Amino acid sequence: MEYAVQMKNISKSFGSINANSNVNIDIYKGEILALLGENGSGKTTLMNILSGIYYPDSGQIFVSGKEVSISSPKEAFNHHIGMIHQHFKLVDVFSAVENTVLGIEDEKFDLKAATKRIEDICGRYGFEVNPQQKVYDMSVSQKQTLEIVKALYRGADVLILDEPTAVLTPQETQRLFNVIRSMKADGKSIVIITHKLNEVMEISDRVAVLRKGHYIGEVETKDTDPQKLTDMMVGRAVSLNIRRTDPVNPVKRLEVNNLSVRNSEGVQVLKNISFTAYGGEILGIAGISGCGQKELLESIAGLQKAESGSSIKYYAPDGSVNEMIGLKPAEIMDMGVHLSFVPEDRLGMGLVGSMGMSDNMMLKSYRNSPGPFTDRSPSKKLAETVKEELEVMTPSINTPVRKLSGGNVQKVLVGREISAVPTVLMTAYAVRGLDINTSYTIYNLLAEQKEQGVAVIYVGEDLDVLIELCDRIIVLCGGELNDVVDARTVSKEEIGYKMTYLTGRGSDPREDKQ
Amino acid sequence: MNEHKPLVHIVKRTDIRWWKAWIIRLLSVAAALIVCAAVIYAIVKLNPLKVYGSMWNGAFGTKRRSWVTVRDTMMLLCIGIGLAPAFKMRFWNIGAEGQILIGGVATAACMIFLGKLMPTWLLLIVMFAASIAAGAIWGLIPALFKARWNTNETLFTLMMNYVAIQLTSFFVSLWEHPAGSNSVGIINQSGKEGWFPALLGNQYTLNVIIVTILTLGMFIYLRYSKHGYEITIVGESERTARYAGISVKRVIIRTMCLSGAICGVSGFIAVSGASHTISTATAGGRGFTAIIVAWLAKFNAFVMILISLLLVFLEAGAGQIASDYNLNEYASKIIIGIILFFILGSEFFINYRLVFRRKESTR
Repeated sequence: MEYAVQMKNISKSFGSINANSNVNIDIYKGEILALLGENGSGKTTLMNILSGIYYPDSGQIFVSGKEVSISSPKEAFNHHIGMIHQHFKLVDVFSAVENTVLGIEDEKFDLKAATKRIEDICGRYGFEVNPQQKVYDMSVSQKQTLEIVKALYRGADVLILDEPTAVLTPQETQRLFNVIRSMKADGKSIVIITHKLNEVMEISDRVAVLRKGHYIGEVETKDTDPQKLTDMMVGRAVSLNIRRTDPVNPVKRLEVNNLSVRNSEGVQVLKNISFTAYGGEILGIAGISGCGQKELLESIAGLQKAESGSSIKYYAPDGSVNEMIGLKPAEIMDMGVHLSFVPEDRLGMGLVGSMGMSDNMMLKSYRNSPGPFTDRSPSKKLAETVKEELEVMTPSINTPVRKLSGGNVQKVLVGREISAVPTVLMTAYAVRGLDINTSYTIYNLLAEQKEQGVAVIYVGEDLDVLIELCDRIIVLCGGELNDVVDARTVSKEEIGYKMTYLTGRGSDPREDKQ
Repeated sequence: MNEHKPLVHIVKRTDIRWWKAWIIRLLSVAAALIVCAAVIYAIVKLNPLKVYGSMWNGAFGTKRRSWVTVRDTMMLLCIGIGLAPAFKMRFWNIGAEGQILIGGVATAACMIFLGKLMPTWLLLIVMFAASIAAGAIWGLIPALFKARWNTNETLFTLMMNYVAIQLTSFFVSLWEHPAGSNSVGIINQSGKEGWFPALLGNQYTLNVIIVTILTLGMFIYLRYSKHGYEITIVGESERTARYAGISVKRVIIRTMCLSGAICGVSGFIAVSGASHTISTATAGGRGFTAIIVAWLAKFNAFVMILISLLLVFLEAGAGQIASDYNLNEYASKIIIGIILFFILGSEFFINYRLVFRRKESTR
């Protein structure tokens, strides 16, 4: 096979951290290469180098056998390399075609001709894009499609997709994979950055594995299996099992009734949600991202204003029942309701980026010490404990958490929340950005909390994990509660379907039994 | 090797030792002095060393000049200390001018109307309290609107400056003395009621004492108090603050009262401890200059001392060379501009480093 791109001895460091050290990677023409590695293994850095975002400290890049130097995304496109980033780079108020031609200088500005070309590209590979549609009207999956079209329009022959399925439903993922296959059939090379093994097995021809910035090796997909790949990725054998016990004596902790919420723009994001959460079980919440998961958790934590008629009752361990709607977050804490909450947006909400681990530990408890001054010694101790037990990689507990990698930031947050000894523990995307090993540590921590009688509410995006970890799963669709399913019997496809199509109000299986 | 390889590319530093950062800053000052020397020679054909000597002379040449430099440094520092908590909270308080003026007006009012009624020590306390109250109210108003209706504090505090300036002119004409002078004149010139007393043989000792206490207090407040912790969180992210159960509105209101109050105290010091009069020029743009002080010091109260001193020194020096060499003010302003440019520019080299193309990498 012919080389599309060769990267030789690429090294790149950020300060004292070596993101890539002497990485060699080949991309052939007309293949789908999966670039596999845990978070922080340097996959994205490597591909950012290829697409001109970073400049390597040393090493060579060859495109079609010729050595090149790529110092900007524009140059990358000149060499027919395009990258679709996790965070889309689109202008909301522009239409698809306007976004596509944006920044192309050596071409006449002719939207009609551009529209024609976009339609050609769509017809050729089976994309569904309406060139006149504004980006703010598009779903996440449509935006992603547009990004791919944009890259193809600029003549990309090598397409790099950074974790493309993270934001998609199973059905949308299948659609994406079909498009990828048709691009491959057309002779394009596709690189998928991912850490999802089942997808690697399904779509790729070849897998290249990185670990801690080093190139570990590559294998033909047909010669390997998920367990072997995990071992390459992690460097040691890892068991991929989540311990799930049957709930013992579930006690009612939270009763949500007719919860409706409008966001700051006045759009109704939650409609008449009713469910019950029990101590001693893990309640999963599934849904396409942005379907009200965030607002649901925030309402329970007192951070969202609910519409009148909504009710959230908290059944305290001492038998008292309290209405939580209308209380401030601090009051919810003061009245003894322990809601530990891992927000979706780690640095935007759960942690203060400019503070170290130590100061972040007292974010919710700093009030408890007497006097006008903060008492930093308990949080220091807690920071040391969390650092040790969850193996947080940080130069010191005073290093601003902004400087830590995503996975480590997440560990700090989860560690703090669990240490607060909650009765209700809500987590949103608790493992987003975590490596496999830590993800399983977190799953097991949550399972442990459940065994201790905590009511765990788990918002997750990986349906496989939801099915393996939770006892019951609430499926949200467009802000409505579509169904409550038993995690032990439901299939992934069924949840995926219920995430996208309202099937009429389902009943809570436990409620029926009682 | 490929010839397209860029000559130099920029790499972000993840962390840098504090002493390295200070070496970079010192080098930038040295570089600024060299460039200034070239400019001075090119434009006015003067010996740069002599010009620098004259700058030094302007700030520290005599005992009196040194004390004026100290007085002005304390004044600028005091305003910077007042602005620090607001800016740390990312509340863009550009209304220090107004807060200083209104504190000054309150002080002057006390001097004029209470001067003969009470002993100086009591009068000083009353003036101190009055200036705090006036400044706090001037800070409170935009904070209330921000907390309640999320108004833009930059515009609001800016407009409050103009209100304060108009009020000041009103009182100046009301208290005009002597009639027709369109100024208040030196208040209580004969009895010196409400003037800062000379302590330890110097007129400005009390200025230094008050500002030193405020500086120390602000350092401790921001770094060790619960309030300071809340200010940091609100400044970083209001959502995080709400998540942590902090009432963002309360923190905004409280912090702006504090910020306004300290700026009010600077008005008290300006009137009672320095000029002994009030006019619309009492703040003199220092409310804006102090923003530079607060930001350059990254809200560290002790670093603010250095930066205030530097700015006041440059100002005094520029005035001196203008008169010594018969230059106009602009020539000396160019020198200040160059020095500030280099000092601000050094922050770039503290946050980033340049990597040059290596010649030996040809193989």
